[in-house]
Amino acid sequence: MRVLIGIEDSDRGMQALEAAAERAREAGDELTVAVYTVSDESLEETTAAVRDRIKTLDVDVEIIQIEEEPGSKLVEIAEREDFDQVVLSGGQRSPLGKIKLDSVHEFVLLNARTTVKLVR
Amino acid sequence: MTEYPDETVGGFPTPPRTVTDAEGRTIEIRKAENSIEELVEMYLDFHAEDRAQGIPPTNESDIRQWLSVVTSDEELNVIAYHDRDPVGHVMLVSDEEGGYELAIFVLQEYQAAHIGTELLRTALGGAAEEGVERVWLSVERWNRPAVSLYKKIGFQETGDDHFEKMMKLRLD
Repeated sequence: MRVLIGIEDSDRGMQALEAAAERAREAGDELTVAVYTVSDESLEETTAAVRDRIKTLDVDVEIIQIEEEPGSKLVEIAEREDFDQVVLSGGQRSPLGKIKLDSVHEFVLLNARTTVKLVR
Repeated sequence: MTEYPDETVGGFPTPPRTVTDAEGRTIEIRKAENSIEELVEMYLDFHAEDRAQGIPPTNESDIRQWLSVVTSDEELNVIAYHDRDPVGHVMLVSDEEGGYELAIFVLQEYQAAHIGTELLRTALGGAAEEGVERVWLSVERWNRPAVSLYKKIGFQETGDDHFEKMMKLRLD
């Protein structure tokens, strides 16, 4: 299965990556990681952090960067490149622990033609 | 995030107090003190349909871990008791930006009996007393009863919604 993981630099993003990598090692999935930012972090720094984490995971991953409108770009890439699944992380948690889904989650869930997996 | 409303809301009662609910039950509302164990019991009885945005967690160790964060010393927790058992819980947790995030949970058998309204008002009174000025919450936007309760109390919609509706209140 071809899996596209949308990831921002957060602990939960890394969790989503680890969950997908674990499945990929067992099932032989082909993983592509699309790095994006939701606030004003630098995309280069975020990508470097993701790259460092991937080195520890013992799995082959292609890394791409999404510079703007991550929601629509993820959907577009998934369609154009024939992915079977989009994986997103469960976003940030609020101070008292509520899951905060953002506009990227909303756009992808409502508009993707593939299965969307939320790791939380 | 958008700004808080300019106008303040006040006049809330402060804990401790005793109220009679719509079913005639005597409900005591008090600030939490070393309450993790009794709250764990309450949340173990919580129904799945009353969860909101991933909380409360569902197994005991996750509930305990979550409670240890939300009931730490810097936060404000107010509990409604019936027959000495917690039946409702309001938490106000600092967002480290001068505001407090609020959430309320009421056991199913005690819902629709006006306990939530009184618990919420009393917790806001307790928060005002401790100098809290800005309170916000997020609520699932299809949860109309909750949204109308929050509005009645004085929370205003902020418009910066995604999956959840954001509401804010400035305490007097």
